[in-house]
Amino acid sequence: MSLSINYKAEAENILKISGVNPKKCMKCGKCSGACPAYDSMEYHPHQFVSMVQDGDLEKLMKSDAVFKCLSCFACIERCPRSVAPGKLVEAVRLAVIRKQGMNRLKPEDIPCMLEEELPQQAIVSAFRKYSK
Amino acid sequence: MQRIGVFVCWCGSNIAATVDVAAVAEAAKLEPAVAFATDYQYMCSESGQSMIKDAVKEHNLTGIVIASCSPRMHETTFRKTAQAAGLNPYMVEIANLREQCSWVHKNKEEATEKAIVLMRTAVAKLTLNQPLIAGESSVTKRALVIGGGIAGIQTALDIADAGYEVDIVEKKPTIGGKMAQLDKTFPTLDCAACILTPKMVDVATNDKITIYSYSEVEEVKGFVGNFTAKIRRKARYVDEELCTGCGACTEKCPSKKNPNEFNMGLDNRTAIYIPFAQAVPKVPVIDAKNCIKFKTGKCGLCATVCPSNAIKYDQEDTFVEENYGAIVVATGFNPIKLDEFGELGYGQIPDVITSLEYERLMNAAGPTKGHVLRPSDGKKPKKIVFVQCVGSRGQSCREKGYCSKICCMYTAKHAILTKDHYPEMDVDVFYIDVRTPGKNYDEFYRRAVEEYDVNYIKGQVGKIYEENGKVMVQGSDMLGNKQLTVEADLVVLATAIEPDETARSIGTMLTASMDTNDFFTEAHAKLRPVESPTAGIYLSGVCQGPKDVPETVSQAGAAASKVIGLLAKDKLVGNPCVAGSNPLLCNGCGQCANVCPYGAISYVEEEVRGPGVREVRRYAVVNEAVCQGCGACTVTCPSGAMDLKGFTNRQIMAEVDAICK
Amino acid sequence: MQVNENKEFRPRIVAFCCNWCSYVGADLAGSSRMEYPADVKIIRVPCSCRVNPMFILRAFERGADGVILCGCHPGDCHYSTGNYYARRRMTMLFSMLDYLGIEKERTRVEWVSAAEGAKFAATMNEFIDTVKNLGENRKLRDLRCKE
Repeated sequence: MSLSINYKAEAENILKISGVNPKKCMKCGKCSGACPAYDSMEYHPHQFVSMVQDGDLEKLMKSDAVFKCLSCFACIERCPRSVAPGKLVEAVRLAVIRKQGMNRLKPEDIPCMLEEELPQQAIVSAFRKYSK
Repeated sequence: MQRIGVFVCWCGSNIAATVDVAAVAEAAKLEPAVAFATDYQYMCSESGQSMIKDAVKEHNLTGIVIASCSPRMHETTFRKTAQAAGLNPYMVEIANLREQCSWVHKNKEEATEKAIVLMRTAVAKLTLNQPLIAGESSVTKRALVIGGGIAGIQTALDIADAGYEVDIVEKKPTIGGKMAQLDKTFPTLDCAACILTPKMVDVATNDKITIYSYSEVEEVKGFVGNFTAKIRRKARYVDEELCTGCGACTEKCPSKKNPNEFNMGLDNRTAIYIPFAQAVPKVPVIDAKNCIKFKTGKCGLCATVCPSNAIKYDQEDTFVEENYGAIVVATGFNPIKLDEFGELGYGQIPDVITSLEYERLMNAAGPTKGHVLRPSDGKKPKKIVFVQCVGSRGQSCREKGYCSKICCMYTAKHAILTKDHYPEMDVDVFYIDVRTPGKNYDEFYRRAVEEYDVNYIKGQVGKIYEENGKVMVQGSDMLGNKQLTVEADLVVLATAIEPDETARSIGTMLTASMDTNDFFTEAHAKLRPVESPTAGIYLSGVCQGPKDVPETVSQAGAAASKVIGLLAKDKLVGNPCVAGSNPLLCNGCGQCANVCPYGAISYVEEEVRGPGVREVRRYAVVNEAVCQGCGACTVTCPSGAMDLKGFTNRQIMAEVDAICK
Repeated sequence: MQVNENKEFRPRIVAFCCNWCSYVGADLAGSSRMEYPADVKIIRVPCSCRVNPMFILRAFERGADGVILCGCHPGDCHYSTGNYYARRRMTMLFSMLDYLGIEKERTRVEWVSAAEGAKFAATMNEFIDTVKNLGENRKLRDLRCKE
């Protein structure tokens, strides 16, 4: 991994690609209250909002919380202020994968991994999660 | 030809120091329409004004231009002077030489040059002035109050106190509104019924007040001082005159399984019912949808038991038409529907209830006689969780963008009352912020925390579900930075409030403006908070924005005082600078009525006579009592038929010409 | 009337101000003694929506070099919706004027509240500078009216 990541600039970039405005958040915690993966995540949806806002990205990018997120979007659905913390998690994940410089999942790998019962949504989520 | 007098004021040195006033007066004399011009130290002074009066007489002037300070300062003064001199008060124009010339420029030459242009502009406008006479209209000394909650009750009582007739129109079978459903009121914890029902009785016994309960306003026509309202009196199938309110019918009615609206559907009522014991008027109403007589034609038990033959199954809706001088909107609020909030389980989990339902549970006259019991199994809960801000302060489509204002305080009240009745009960409150501005409000909330040991948790609830007969509340503890799952027996949602669903149609009927949340807009947010921008329409209570009881009562009193101020007048003198349409040019297209914010424009089909024209045409007519003179219609008019008196197209064109000369 | 002999360009600016906000704002600029050039002359109208596009065309026809329309801030209109109408009408008119060759900078809509004396003065200063830089307006004007 590259040694010098400008986390401040990265945070701005993440806000830009996710389209999230963290200023709208009123710290009600509904996102984390709704999160089914709460216990397994080191940082929780509401923390993503404040940490990205503060440019405190290093911890987030080094944490595996981004991969523990289920992308169920309950936080996006429930957020009363339409802040959409899930989009931030997604964007941080994307930033991490881009820094790694490689796709963990290529489109051509998918057909052989498919299972009958696997829902479409899960395939799309997995693809978003593991490719840049 | 006008004979105009120009009076240039020095305003001491305020104008004279920067503007060569004598040069302005000299320049005025060169204008063809000007018959007299002079300058003087203080035009607004006694001697200045008598100088104007003398000049008007001596030179037989038809209008005067005062080149002085801003018209906002002394326009009225000089209008009065003109009137005293025998001129029409609207034959006065002010050239603003002080605020917009001498005070903003330093170079005397440039300022004098501008002053001359301003003077010429005023002369050019005055040349085209017409004498205007303000219209007068009468005032019907009767007020209509729409809505019979605490806001409407207080307004009606205050207006009646001043000696004017008031009608209250209430769509429910009884007045009292939401406050009648409340148990106690914060922060003093006095019982709502104890303070409200005497007022309801006052309304009923006041001979100046007529209550139209179970009625709705169907149509409103007219304008300030002269409204006509058509009120639909819905058939209640019980003769109000004959009924004694004995209640025999409600006891015998065999249709007993109808959800009781007054108790928020927590128990059942009969098909013929009186909403609650202290209802005013205490006259039952038949719910025709659930009445066996109406459904099958058989039964008729209530008519049999009625000792005064008051039951009338053949009653039909009737209409009352009445004239009013002023209308007060007091349509109030409702809690929002929670259908969209699936994650909170309301409607699916019986032990998740709204605050208003909890209010009924706590009430001694409620479905549980004041004992807090779970709706599911009727057991006493051991742990109650309150969730605040449900549907308030949100930005998604299911939520309201505003703070509902009353929830923080009533949740604290519920928590205190619960702990007071049942000290062994555990009470948690999930909150985002606790907002308690108001006299003794924060102290009240602190008492809940410190004295009553209510557990306030900063964070929102993300999910509520059922498990092993318990209600599981999963939420955030933002200060502890953790996710909690609380096992509760009863969950109370502090539901957001929204304006009553009839508010929008009433607003349209009254041409009173509303915001996007359907709250009525006040004429000025700070200085005219109880008046609608539409003249003669006043606002009382939550229809204007979320309010608690004390605030509602004070606003109701304020609205009443404004109404009294209006009804005390015998004549309303209008603003003569109103729009008017020329029937010869108007083609009746209807565009002006579309842009008029006051609904002042209507259309008539009448004979139009003019040179070479004599035919029946549809054309616009402006109600001068309603028009406020903004001029939006004049610009919209495609045929140039609409013009604004005092600011006519020709006058403004003449001003433009004078400036660009 | 040309006062300066050195023929410095003095634009003719017509300002339409609504009676409730902008005219009061202009008065406030006066009572706060905030300076702006004497080239601007104010016409008082009850509301910005009273300003007929014809008035503005007339001004340019008669040799005005710039026209500015001031009204209450959106949402603050005394007549509740007048300034919205004004905004729409002027958007249409100004783009048409631009098409006719009257530069967009010569026309302007500005919201000035009754408390914004400073904004009024600053706006006028800036607007006059802009118009001065553009020079005399020669489009649309009726040659009988000037020179």
